[in-house]
Order: sequence, then structure tokens, then C-alpha cells
Amino acid sequence: MGKKIDVLKHELVPEHIILSDKDAKEVLKKYNVSIDQLPRIFDTDPVVRAIGAKPGQIIKIIRRSPTAKKSIAYRVVIESAKSILNENLGEE
Amino acid sequence: MITKKIGRIEFTLLSPKEIREMSATKVITADTYDDDGFPINMGLMDTHLGVIEPGLRCKTCGLRAGKDGCPGHFGHIDLAMPVVHVGFVKYIRNCLRATCRECGRILLSDERLEFYKKEIERFEKEGRSIAPLVKDIVKECENVSKCPRCKRENGKIDLDKPTTFRENGKKLTPSEIREWLEKIPDEDLKFLNINPKVARPEWMVLTVLPVPPVTVRPSVTLESGERSEDDLTHKLVDVIRINQRLQENRDAGAPQLIVEDLWELLQYHVTTYLDNQTSGIPPARHRSGRPLKTLAQRLKGKEGRFRSNLSGKRVNFSARTVISPDPNLSINEVGVPIEVARELTVPVRVTPYNIEWLREMIKRGPNPKPPEGVKYIPGVNYIIRDPKTLKQRRIKITEKNAADVAERLEVGMIVERQLMDGDIVLFNRQPSLHRMSMMAHKVRVLPYKTFRLNLSVCPPYNADFDGDEMNLHVVQSEEARAEAEILMKVQEHILSPRFGGPIIGGIHDHISGCFLLTYKDKKFPIQEATHILSAINYRGKLPNIIEENGKKYILGKDIFSVLLPKDLSIEYKAKSCFNCEVCTAPNCPHDAYVIIEKGVLKKGVIDEKGIGAFKGLILDKIIREHGVDYGREFIDKVTKLGITAINICGFTVGIDDEDIPPEARRQIEEGLEKAKKKINSLIKAYNKGELEALPGRSLEETLEMEIMRVTGRARDMAGEIASRYLGLDNSAVIMAKSGARGSMLNLSQMSGCVGQQAVRGERINRGYRGRTLPHFKKGDLGAEAKGFVSSSYKKGLTPTEYFFHSMGGREGLVDTAVRTSRSGYMQRRLINALEDIKIEEDCTVRDPEGNVIQFVYGEDGVDPAKSIAGKPIYIDKIIEKVESS
Repeated sequence: MGKKIDVLKHELVPEHIILSDKDAKEVLKKYNVSIDQLPRIFDTDPVVRAIGAKPGQIIKIIRRSPTAKKSIAYRVVIESAKSILNENLGEE
Repeated sequence: MITKKIGRIEFTLLSPKEIREMSATKVITADTYDDDGFPINMGLMDTHLGVIEPGLRCKTCGLRAGKDGCPGHFGHIDLAMPVVHVGFVKYIRNCLRATCRECGRILLSDERLEFYKKEIERFEKEGRSIAPLVKDIVKECENVSKCPRCKRENGKIDLDKPTTFRENGKKLTPSEIREWLEKIPDEDLKFLNINPKVARPEWMVLTVLPVPPVTVRPSVTLESGERSEDDLTHKLVDVIRINQRLQENRDAGAPQLIVEDLWELLQYHVTTYLDNQTSGIPPARHRSGRPLKTLAQRLKGKEGRFRSNLSGKRVNFSARTVISPDPNLSINEVGVPIEVARELTVPVRVTPYNIEWLREMIKRGPNPKPPEGVKYIPGVNYIIRDPKTLKQRRIKITEKNAADVAERLEVGMIVERQLMDGDIVLFNRQPSLHRMSMMAHKVRVLPYKTFRLNLSVCPPYNADFDGDEMNLHVVQSEEARAEAEILMKVQEHILSPRFGGPIIGGIHDHISGCFLLTYKDKKFPIQEATHILSAINYRGKLPNIIEENGKKYILGKDIFSVLLPKDLSIEYKAKSCFNCEVCTAPNCPHDAYVIIEKGVLKKGVIDEKGIGAFKGLILDKIIREHGVDYGREFIDKVTKLGITAINICGFTVGIDDEDIPPEARRQIEEGLEKAKKKINSLIKAYNKGELEALPGRSLEETLEMEIMRVTGRARDMAGEIASRYLGLDNSAVIMAKSGARGSMLNLSQMSGCVGQQAVRGERINRGYRGRTLPHFKKGDLGAEAKGFVSSSYKKGLTPTEYFFHSMGGREGLVDTAVRTSRSGYMQRRLINALEDIKIEEDCTVRDPEGNVIQFVYGEDGVDPAKSIAGKPIYIDKIIEKVESS
């Protein structure tokens, strides 16, 4: 225990890429969706923390898939209420 | 596209003021009708509350019952003493626990309140439920010993289910609770998840009870002229009676004890009026002993308002009857009894092109006599004269007015014609577990009283004919008909979306028949061969004729080839493949390697893997290359071919089919004896402590495992010996080998040895202390004592064996019963979660709000029903094409 593990290197963790603003806009246009219609991911998610994504950013996830070899998904980072709660509790 | 979006839904409490304001009358009399049968004023059936008998006028709105549209009006009962509303006890408990009895404030310091305030705002911004926060608040308050504001000692609040509250063990009366709740200031309510704009906590303690309109609880007049009241009315009668008595006693200054008893009784009646299944109190019962169906029961569960009346409805233009098989129908047909066809109708719009035809039909009336040689001709039940106006004038056609109405028929009217051959209907069998449970069929009107269907469509419906019933719906609009024809016809569902292969195909005798027809060099005398070919209506050149001893024969394989399209080439291993160590592929001694070249069956036998439902490879390929309509025809013909072949060859199973020669019997007995000895030696080793435990297992477990292995092997050995003496001259073996029905295991159990019986995966070890039955010694671990059945079904089981076998059989039955109910509920939850998500045109999967669930359906965008065993392209076919060019 105590050893830091780099989640990004874990075999089960797919590749996560933070999209630039320009790319993000393109994705939204491509799928004709507003940002709140994308699947969400908490900013407290270990991978999100590891790659340093901020709320509001879109993450592109490239997964291995048994049906298609590669599948691409997009998720928008949202603020987790839990993170605030934990911080506050931590202060006490 | 969203046409309407629900902004929000607000749940509120009815305040006593609101209840009184909406009340049409106060109800004080527990009686319903007077001696003349008129509703009593201020009684439960007061005409201010609406009317149900036709003719009477409502005293509130002046409208009549029924069409006139008096919707009914609420009344109210003033309760002598307040009572707790059962539906809200949880919230009352939270309020009491989180607030101070003295000052009514939340038992938290200002800093903590400020913190929670922020939390609530944050949760609300994210659109999350604040329920978990309220839970935290209440929990924190419970641990506060003194109110931080008024310094009052905080008591412990207990809830005695269902409606009694105690503070430090002392009972709180509903009046006290109400007073307490009244003290909670509006500002503190949001911490308890209550919106003070629409609800006050004290409203959860009832002081006035709304009385629902009579239209909600109509009374029925029985044939004998007796009135029978609704359950709700009965319950309200109870409430009023007790309420009156309570009031009288209290006003007369009766002893506290009596008043309290009556108060509690009132609480009971109000509680059961709201929910008669409240745990902790006995349900209120009807005179007959049946529990009353009160408010909650009307809404709850499968038979409740939501699931039974709102999510599901009864429909017109449908029929239900017993099903029975008819191999002469095509798979996309359904046989409909004449009686049913006369009732069900299809609306036909009159046009200049069909007016004469329809006129003829109307003239025949609703029950036309068919001409000589015909069993049925459709008539007309109704015509709709003026379809445009909302008041559709339906005219019922009778023998008398038929000619008259036919004369006056005009273009633009709608004729409701009886069902006739070729109409598209939906056919369904419950439970409707997948989309193949409801398919479109073409009608064939037939005599007799059952729905008839082709045997090949039994697997998708999971139907058999031991009394199953099915439903039939007649689609009523052109759009629906088109949709049913394009999407729902049986042939559109031969390939299943589950695994991308056929789920409709030959079953049982179709497979045995084709097996008999095509096995090795089976040949048929020319007369029989032509008979078989005539069954499939074959028109064309006779297949190759062989002459032997001056007699003419045709090979079974050649007969089968007649059905195959001329460009079909395929090679595969048949079901009856023995998986020999060295495969001699094209020259398989068991004829289990199928080679079809350019529509000619060269080698191999046709069995389950060729034409069977779920497996048929030939079927699969034909449908892919020639389309579903050709596939439908192929299934129709191949099944007929199989049946004709099996009829000619003859096919029968008898008790002596399981006979095996004495030497085989002896071999099996020797083998079993050896196995028993082996088990005994294992037990001996175990007793002596010489048995070595397997890794991770105890000694006992090791012994059990070893014994199970030995018994398993013994059964296999018996089966192996038995099957050596059961050849393909045995019909049961043909069925097992061709995959038509049954397995070799079934056979070896019949003629060899039934084998070890198990309950919960272990040898049988329940029963008496230390033994399974009194026939054995305590601690006997031997084969017989633990459920090994060495007899065969043919030979018969000994009494102890029979008992063990029943134990194993019972477990199987219980398992299936438990599994079906559990998986049913699981499926219900899945469907409720997924029912309204769909694939959009850009291949994304979305919910109705447009939220993306999946960016590409199934990650590869492939429709499994159109896939080739799950893959998007047909690689074999492409390679084949490249090779041949």
C-alpha cells in the first residue's frame, strides 16, 4: 500500500483525450447536441484527475470494443457535488 | 423532436382550508340511501357529490350523470380529533426528529444551517435530489441533546409502526404532533425537503377528511334489487360512525380512557381508508372476509390503476382462442375460425373502383350463405355513413336492411367488411418476450374453432398445442397495414436479432424426415419418389433415375436437391458429426460432411444444422442470397418434404427400442459394479485417513468430488456401451443424432443407467440424521445410500432409487418456477428503463430528451438482425466470389 498507481497505465483504462475548444465545438456540431446532452463524467473521476480535465471540457475516450475494434465516445466533465462535500468535511 | 416538454411537476399537500373550499357538502350521516332509495342529505351519497343514476341531476352543477357530464364533486368530513395521515409518517418523523418541540426550529447551529443551505443550493443547481441531505440533517439533529436556541432538552422520537409517535417513550397524541409541527417556521422547512409555498407540515395530520365524489365509488344495484356499496363507501361509513361517537363522548365529558380508545379507532379507520395494507395493523375486511380495496390498493401494483388501466388497455378488433397445428399453411399464414372472421372487421373506404364489389358484399348481409363448394365468403357488419363528421353514424347491417343500405352506398363512406383470406393481422402469444412474439400473418378463414398455425413458427412464439391460446388483432388503417406488412411479417423475422441466424426452420419430424430422406445412399422407388415430389408441388424434370434389378429408383439426396436454388454452394459439418480424431472430410463414414455444389446435395445428410430452427445453415444462406420471401417458401417446402419422407419411411418408437442385448447388459453391470467398488475403496481410504485432500478442499469435499467423478464416469460408460448397441435403425437414435428431439443422454438413461441424482449440486444427503432413508445404516457414504441410480428407466427403479430420483426431479421443477418469476421481474425493470430510447438517423442511441446514450449503436452500428452471425459483412461470400471470378 501507499504506492501511487498511474491509472492511465492500467490495462482496463481506455485512452482519454481532452478536446480543444475547436474540436469540442466540432463534436457538438457533428452530433447536433448541446453540451448537456452528452454523457457526463465527474471531475473527481480518477482518470479525469490524472489528465487534469476541468469541468465543462469534453473528453474523447477511445475504447477497445468487441464489436467494432475501436469505439469513440465523448463525455463532458461536470463538477461533482461530492468533491465539495468531501473538502468541507475534511476541514472539520 | 420534442413537441412538449414538461418543465416540472409539483407535488403539494391539500390544506384543510382547500379541502373545505372544494367541498360541495359536509358529510355527517353515515347512511347512504333512505327507505325510498333516495340519497340522504349530508349522507355519503348526497346528490351534491354528483350522481350516478341516470335521470337524476347533480345539486352542485345541475348536470346529469353519464353523457351530460357531471364529473362529481368532493365533500368533507370534519374529524372530531386530528389523526395522522399514514402516507406521511416518514416525513412527520423527520420533522419531529429534526426540530425542537419548544421553539420549532431545526436543532442545528446557524453555521451548520448555513452549510446545509449551500449544499442544498448546489444539489438543486445540479438537478439532484436533496433527499440524502435531509437524511444527513435529521441524523445530525438526532444527536443533539439540547436545542441550541431555547436550550430545551431534546427528546428521542420513536415511531411505533404504523402511526404512533413517542417522545422518550411517552406517547404523543396527534393533536400534540400537530401543535409541534405548526411551530416549525417556513424558513426551516426547506431543510426538510418541504416547500413552504405549497405545503405545511401540520397538514400531514388530518383535521378534515375529503370525501371523494360518488362517481369514484359508485354503488351497484344487484339483480335482486339490493344495493351494494363500493369498498370506499364502506370505509367512509366506518369513519363517520366512529367520528360521531368520538364527538358525542368527548362533548359529554366521557372518561379520558374511552375518548382515547375511540380516537385510536378513528385513527385505525382513517389509516385503512387510505391504505389497507399498512403493515402492523390488521386489514379492514368486508363482511365476507375479503380485505377491502381502499385508496392505495386502487393504484398500487399489477392490478392497480397505473399498470392495469393506464399502461395497458383492452382493445377492439381482437380475438383469442386455442391454437392447433396445420402443416398445410404457409409460415406466414394463420387459420382463423369462420365464427371469428364474422366478428372481426376491416374498414374499407368506398371508391368508384370498389363500390360495386362492396355493394355486392353488403347485399349479402352479415351472415351470407357461401355458394356451392366454398366454405366462407365475407359479409359486412357495419357501414359508416358520414366518416367526416365526428358523430360517425354507424349503421348495423341486418338481413332486413342489407339490400336497402347497399342501394344507398356512396363514394366516401366506410364499409366494415368481415375478415377474408389475405388480410393482414397481428398474431401474438404471451409472454411477449421479444419482437418475434408478435408477428403479422395473412388470414386464411377455415372451419372449426381454433387458430391454426404452421409448426415452424412455434419456436419464436414458444408455443405448443397442449392448450395454449393466442391473440389476434386486425389492423385498422392503411398505415398500420403497410407497417405490419413491411416490418412485422413472419418472413421478416426468420433471422433473429439475437444472434443473426434463423430462428424459424424445421423442427422435430421435419428434421427426422430430411435425415431419413438424405442419409447416405438412401433411395426411393420411383412411385414413392414422385409422391414425395408431388407433396411440394414440384413441376420440372425428374431427378436422375437409377435402375437396379429392373426397378427404377431415385436417390433421396437428389429429391432434396430439387428444393435448392441452382446457385447454392455450401460445405459444413452436420449435427451428426462424430468429431472423429482424424476427419476424413469429404469421405466421412457417417455421411456427416455436407457438400452442396450449385444446388446439388453431393455428400452429407441434412439434419438440424442444415434446416433446423436456430441452427440451419442452409436456411441462413438461402435467406441471405435469395431474400426472405424465397426463404419463406423454402421453409414451407422443406418441412413438407420432410413430413412426406417420414410418412413414407415410417417412424416409430416403442419400449423395445431401448432393449439392449444381454451381453451389453452384463458389461454395464460389471462396469457399475467396478464403480461401486471404486467408491467403496475411496470411502475406506477416507475412513483410514489415507485420502489426500485436493488443494483448497477439505477431506470430506475431496471424497464427495471423487465419488461424483466416479458415478459420472459410470453413467457415461453405461451410455457408451448402450449406444454401441443402438444403431441408426433405432428411431430414437435418429432423433437424437439428427437433432430433432432428445439426446443420447436421454437414451442412455433409458437403456443403460440413470446415474447419480443430485440436489443443489451434491449427492443426496438430506433426510434423517446421518442417513438419507431408514433403509441405510447411519453414516453410510456408499453409492446407493446417496442417490446413485444404477437401474435404467427401462428396467425400472428400486423404491429408494425412485425416491432419490423424485428429489432430484423436484429440485428441477422448483428451479424453473423460481427462475421464470425472477427473470420476469428483471426483464420488467430492464424494459421500463430502456423502453423509450431509440436509434436516431445518425446511428446514435438517444433518449427522448436527446441525451446521447451511445455514439454509435452497439459501437459498430450493425443491426444484429441484418448481420451475419453478428458480423457486418459476409466474408465467406466475398471470398467465394473472388475465388470463382
